[in-house]
Amino acid sequence: MTSSPYYDVLVIGAGLAGMRAAIAAHEEGATVALLTKVHPVRSHSNAAQGGINAALTDRGDHWEDHAFETVKGSDYLGDQDAVEILAQEAGQDIIALEHMGVIFNRNEEGRLGTRRFGGQKRARTFFVSDFTGQAMLHVLYEQIMQAKISVYEEWFVTSLAKDDHGGCAGVVAFEIRSGTFALFPAKAVIMASGGLGRVYEPSTNALICTGDGMAVAYRAGAPLMDMEMVQYHPTTLKGKGLLITEAARGEGAYLLNSKSERFMERYAPNMLELASRDVVSRAEQIEINEGRGIKGCVLLDCRHLGRQILQERLGQIYAEAKTFANVDLAEEPLPIRPGMHYQMGGIKTDTEGRCWDVQGQWKGLPGLFAAGETACISLHGGNRLGANSLLDTVVFGRRAGTCAAEYAKTLPTLPISDTAIEPDRQLVRTIASRQGQGDRAAALRLEMGTTMNRYVSVFREQEGLETASHRINDLKARWPGITIQDKGQVFNTGLVAALELGFMLDCAETIIVGALTRTESRGTHFRTDYLNRDDEQWLKHVLLYHTPDGPPHVEYLPVRITQWQPQIRVY
Amino acid sequence: MHTTLRIRRFNPEHEHPSSYYQEYDLDVDPADSVLDGLIKIRETVDDSLTLRCSCRGAICGSCGMRINGHATLACKTKMISVASEGETIQVEPMHNMPVIKDLVTDMAPFWSKIRQVQPWLQPQGPPPATEYTAPPESMTHLSGVMSCIMCGACVSDCTVLEVDKNFIGPAALAKAYRFVADPRDAATSQRLEVLNQYGGMWDCTRCMECIQVCPKGVAPMDRIMSLRAQGMVEKIPSTCGSRHAEVFTDIIKHKGMLDEPMLAVRTFGLKHVGRLLGMIPMMAQSLLKGKVPLSGPLHRAVPGIQQIQRLFKRVRTKP
Repeated sequence: MTSSPYYDVLVIGAGLAGMRAAIAAHEEGATVALLTKVHPVRSHSNAAQGGINAALTDRGDHWEDHAFETVKGSDYLGDQDAVEILAQEAGQDIIALEHMGVIFNRNEEGRLGTRRFGGQKRARTFFVSDFTGQAMLHVLYEQIMQAKISVYEEWFVTSLAKDDHGGCAGVVAFEIRSGTFALFPAKAVIMASGGLGRVYEPSTNALICTGDGMAVAYRAGAPLMDMEMVQYHPTTLKGKGLLITEAARGEGAYLLNSKSERFMERYAPNMLELASRDVVSRAEQIEINEGRGIKGCVLLDCRHLGRQILQERLGQIYAEAKTFANVDLAEEPLPIRPGMHYQMGGIKTDTEGRCWDVQGQWKGLPGLFAAGETACISLHGGNRLGANSLLDTVVFGRRAGTCAAEYAKTLPTLPISDTAIEPDRQLVRTIASRQGQGDRAAALRLEMGTTMNRYVSVFREQEGLETASHRINDLKARWPGITIQDKGQVFNTGLVAALELGFMLDCAETIIVGALTRTESRGTHFRTDYLNRDDEQWLKHVLLYHTPDGPPHVEYLPVRITQWQPQIRVY
Repeated sequence: MHTTLRIRRFNPEHEHPSSYYQEYDLDVDPADSVLDGLIKIRETVDDSLTLRCSCRGAICGSCGMRINGHATLACKTKMISVASEGETIQVEPMHNMPVIKDLVTDMAPFWSKIRQVQPWLQPQGPPPATEYTAPPESMTHLSGVMSCIMCGACVSDCTVLEVDKNFIGPAALAKAYRFVADPRDAATSQRLEVLNQYGGMWDCTRCMECIQVCPKGVAPMDRIMSLRAQGMVEKIPSTCGSRHAEVFTDIIKHKGMLDEPMLAVRTFGLKHVGRLLGMIPMMAQSLLKGKVPLSGPLHRAVPGIQQIQRLFKRVRTKP
């Protein structure tokens, strides 16, 4: 096939945001297909462990509290109209998930139970043991199977296809199993392809998190926003950087330095270990840098929680600590350190998931939508609260799906020519047929990852960022010369890795440009040469547009404030 | 530590495709996983080595494969746990499914069996305004089954699937149990009736292999046994499987010892007289070897049978 059937709504990525969007669009009556580079249940939404936030009014909670804490967590960079929607609609989406079959933990009365999470004063995190993301992902896939929504599994998107007016009219992709290229024409495309964690080494993110969707949209003309906002999670394992859920601290675990001090008392006297992630990660890094760490780590102490709580409510990390760190959490503290975890920035969208502005304040790409970690509405601003990402995927995945279906209804079917696939097919042929001993994609990726983790991490400054910029530019220059040994068509993972690297290098460049541009410290973006938050200058978003040859073109958008003026942020 | 990975490879684009083993010598950290080793080969030696992998933390289910003869997740298997210094580790694609290339298998048949159990919640009537109330322990119990990540390890090493492709398999049955045990689901009887058919829950031979290899502790065979018990409680029409269980207990209750010929006769009954007749050659052989025990009236109750009957009574009254 060189062209798939014509769809009203084509969703790229089948994690939580993508599947939620597909279900919503299907319910609106649109013809929908999911296109994903891995089987839906292999998606990285699996890795979300701790839970999903919602302020349920019938439990005496208030959405305004949730919204305020999200805004404060974002260091006032989150757009407050979007945050209000998130907090107001959270309840209905949690209940909808429960009705679909998610086995949320219950309290004594058989109603949904909660646990505490960071940056929030109330326990409003609903959960399934410590594999909430996995439990939700599998249930959403059940819904996809029930609705018989078409899923193109193991298809890799290489670019967006455009119509004669420059709008998004589908995607070009190839089937990994056969190497066959095809055009997927669609009236609306929803990019829900997840994060970019592999730009960093190490990272908590799965090997598939390579920023494909962000780069594909960016190259097609959609702006990426607040890319400098890269979250470091406070509790990751040394080595490969596997995640240890914040729920451990939510359930009461301590952070200790080499002197066995609960050092968070000095950094966040009220919230302690449950201050927001940027604050805790910075505190840990300071302890480590000032010599109070243990081999580059601090300690997560769960011993006082007892084996039963650990096994019942934190079973996954209990097993993970044993398997991957050889630590029995009930007996000894676990060495952990801050590690790259989440990209707050992404493809700029409005609150309906549209990657273009109907009011015209910023340019974009009509027909393109985005949701989940790929998108930046902006909800999470400078720092995302734990358990808000799952909520983001279902609330804004649903809204993007609904809006895309409505948008598709307004459009006539416009056939586009499948010649759109030619440039990509040619590029792949060139890479695959290149002979000789050029650079390996894996070697370049490692160099990129360690560079980013060294210079664009918890603490940043001009000189380091410039060094990173030079190195990434050098890698970009070397990318066209990489060679792969596998010359076959079938399941050529070497080829996929090469294309992913190209996408990641674009993402890395935007992160560095964003970090160089924002000359202040806000949220997770901490500049040692600009120590303070500067609301006068920088209460605004950084938008980056792709240019054919030079560095990205920079524009700004003011932060939308509804009811919470910026205050000094203490925990 | 030094080790050799002996990998079963297959390239479908080869002129005459056939599988073969290729060995790679590696120096690794003993704490490294087999997946780390495979990635090291792919990234530094031979990028045509093909496998699926993603999370590295035993949650995505991509890297199911056979290591030293048993299906598992490569990311969860430490080198040191499967080999000593200098030893070879054998890595092969999963069984009971077609191989696409090297360690990558075609999971489509796996998923089509999952879809057969209608794996979605089917509640009665419209949902309530808020959440369904459910006993906390029921959800905790279900979390044991929901831990399944659909990696395919249990299906790969299922000894029934090896001889009977019609068997729906341990993963699909565990998935079915997840709904049967869910207090919100209202389709229990229909589900059990479907599972009662040929290829369903009664076709498991209880070899325990799926429990052994499951990397997430889902214990699929235990779930299959729970489905059978639930089927008998719900009194869905009897099958050879359920009658086997009933007749077995009945014979023990009355005789204290198994009457094997009678077990076969009563299990199959007149309805399946063909299958009974099919056993004649085996019976004849056993008879020649003097291995057919006494049956019917000749099969006497063991001494002290009253004690066994008292035991039965106590078990029945104490659920």
